[in-house]
Amino acid sequence: METVALNDVKVVNAPEGIQGAGFFATSLDKVVGLARSNSIWPLPFATSCCGIEFMATMGAHYDLARFGSERLSFSPRQADLLMVMGTIAKKMGPVLRQVYEQMAEPRWVLSVGACASSGGIFDTYSVLQGIDRVIPVDVYVPGCPPRPEQIIDGILKIQHLIQNESLRRRDSPEYKALLNSYGIE
Amino acid sequence: MESNKELRTIELLNEKFGDQILQTESPYGMLTLSLKAEKIIEIIQFLYSNEETQFQYLTTLCGIHFPDQNQISVMYQLHNLPANQRIRLKIFLPIENPSTPTLTGIFAAANWLERETFDFYGVIFTGHPNLKRILNVDDMLIFPMRKEYPLEDQRREDKNDALFGR
Amino acid sequence: MQDINTISSKIQEEEKQYSYLNLGPTHPATHGIFQNVLKMDGEVIIDAEPTIGYIHRAFEKLAERRPFYQITPITDRMNYCSSPINNIGWHMTVEKLIGAEIPKRVQYLRVIIMELARITDHLVCNAVIGVDTGALTGFVYLFQQREDVYEIYEEICGARLTTNLGRIGGFERDFTPKAWAKINKFITEFPAVLKEFEKLLSRNRIFMDRTINVGGITAERALNYSFSGPNLRAAGVDYDVRVMNPYSSYEDFDFTIPLGTNGDVYDRFMVRQEEMWQSLSIIKQAIAKLPEGPFHATVPDFYLPPKEDVYNNMEALIYHFKIVMGETDVPKGEVYHTVEGGNGELGFYLISDGGRTPFRLHLRRPCFIYYQAYPEMIKGSMLSDAILTMSSMNVIAGELDA
Repeated sequence: METVALNDVKVVNAPEGIQGAGFFATSLDKVVGLARSNSIWPLPFATSCCGIEFMATMGAHYDLARFGSERLSFSPRQADLLMVMGTIAKKMGPVLRQVYEQMAEPRWVLSVGACASSGGIFDTYSVLQGIDRVIPVDVYVPGCPPRPEQIIDGILKIQHLIQNESLRRRDSPEYKALLNSYGIE
Repeated sequence: MESNKELRTIELLNEKFGDQILQTESPYGMLTLSLKAEKIIEIIQFLYSNEETQFQYLTTLCGIHFPDQNQISVMYQLHNLPANQRIRLKIFLPIENPSTPTLTGIFAAANWLERETFDFYGVIFTGHPNLKRILNVDDMLIFPMRKEYPLEDQRREDKNDALFGR
Repeated sequence: MQDINTISSKIQEEEKQYSYLNLGPTHPATHGIFQNVLKMDGEVIIDAEPTIGYIHRAFEKLAERRPFYQITPITDRMNYCSSPINNIGWHMTVEKLIGAEIPKRVQYLRVIIMELARITDHLVCNAVIGVDTGALTGFVYLFQQREDVYEIYEEICGARLTTNLGRIGGFERDFTPKAWAKINKFITEFPAVLKEFEKLLSRNRIFMDRTINVGGITAERALNYSFSGPNLRAAGVDYDVRVMNPYSSYEDFDFTIPLGTNGDVYDRFMVRQEEMWQSLSIIKQAIAKLPEGPFHATVPDFYLPPKEDVYNNMEALIYHFKIVMGETDVPKGEVYHTVEGGNGELGFYLISDGGRTPFRLHLRRPCFIYYQAYPEMIKGSMLSDAILTMSSMNVIAGELDA
């Protein structure tokens, strides 16, 4: 059995800044980005097969909790990241929209699987051809279903987005225009 | 070739409902009877209660659209568990008015199966406690499994049909 | 002249209002997307109205557009916890239609895969029953075992969950020595984990108090609702498609069918537990008695020829072209084939009119048929019991809506 020394464990590095005796000065963006990206509270909106792969990702083998997402939130009011996993039918579209609207800013959306990204293999009258028809999406994870490693890669990309986001993004006119294009105020 | 039990079933049905049977065949080993639509519930009730043919398990029921004959067929499949015998009954309804009595009085399982057939083909089951759409959205106007309706949603703009040979 | 007590209780009765609770489509405890509007008197449920169709993907209409071997990926996505059973069931339906003769080795290998899939399905259901009573540890331990089975699937067909396993006529390649090593490792290590999980819950006072006499259904009502599979066997009726209409050489194996007595949550849990032990025994018997032989039937119209033949032999080239383009000739006919899925009698009713795609494919989905009984099963019980009843019925949204 191999032993792991404490300095082998990877921890998140501190951002760039000026360090001194008992103080560390950096920009607020970086500190807030660091804190937010490593403590995401996801909302697993699992509808079908991708949901089972998500359950495997949360399991012990591919542990998602190592990246800070230990606490899943099933209430949209308390969640940061909406993970849509599985096919969204047209009957489910309004429900998804309501869940997204209830989330407080800042919020991000991860679309897991081919069905959530573009309708997948179900090019039929009853399936919504991608959730970006109803809500804005940040990261798409293709696959049918994607392997747990791919889902974790998607989460890492979301973490990268969160870390480098400007604090004023949610008030900017571009973001407001994006939401308006979806009809969300 | 039908087995003895199956021949006996056909005999019993012929005695009471001989004029309703249009055709008898056994494709791939399952006895299949095509019947007229008027007395289908009595026939199924007879098959349910008669001690020699105890078809007391409803395996499935579904609709089939035949565009060439302008008919919608409803297929009932029953199973006699003690004797391990299966039977398939088909009735044919005209497409202008596809209506037949409901089976929910005999089998509770027929409730959602008939709703699904209504949702997909528009078959009206008279006497059904709650006949409304089950799988599609409630305000859908068409019956999507009929052959004249396309599979894809025609209003989607992100898939280029020309590239897929449609 | 009525006394004051009867009058006041009558007034109270009339003024009592029921509340409506929406157990909505997105809910952490309903493992799947379906909605129930519960009419409640305090904590007791008076009535329930289920709404499904939130993941309706139009499989039956999609199948009318696709050639026969392209339908396998969509059968995967019905009961996605045990997709090999759906795949093999569909392949057997087509083989019945074309009248193919399947070699014994293929049948035994199919039995091994189907029993592995049944184990994974019951693992999910029992783990989830544990989670809904609050026992989260069992879930984590059992999902680790699912990872071992995923590795076996990967060796055989390349995918973890939605497997698209096998071909019409058999398998695309024989099981490699690595696959056999993984299967043998699984059957040596799995019993210990299953025993540990069983000891955690099956004689646990809290679990028994929560699950005995909860969500029960009598055998007569279950048969009237066309239940099948573990839910029906927990109510006491021994109907198993593997015994009643044996397929793929199941008659060669020696296994018992566990039965319950009163069809409640505890019986369903124990029936699934025992079925996993029986599946393990069937796998061991199949490995012991495995005959030698080809790993696919001779159906050149559906089975892709090996690439050396395609490059050197004209006939093989033509078959390859026809199969890939989906222009193979199929006999006309209507056939119904059924297999014992994780949830019960999974049936495929196929009508072919000689064209390249089916004329009609109707999927007899066990979940859809037995979920109708849910309002009757929870009438008069408490809310937490209703949640437990739903998770013990193993309702999988993909199979419910198709």
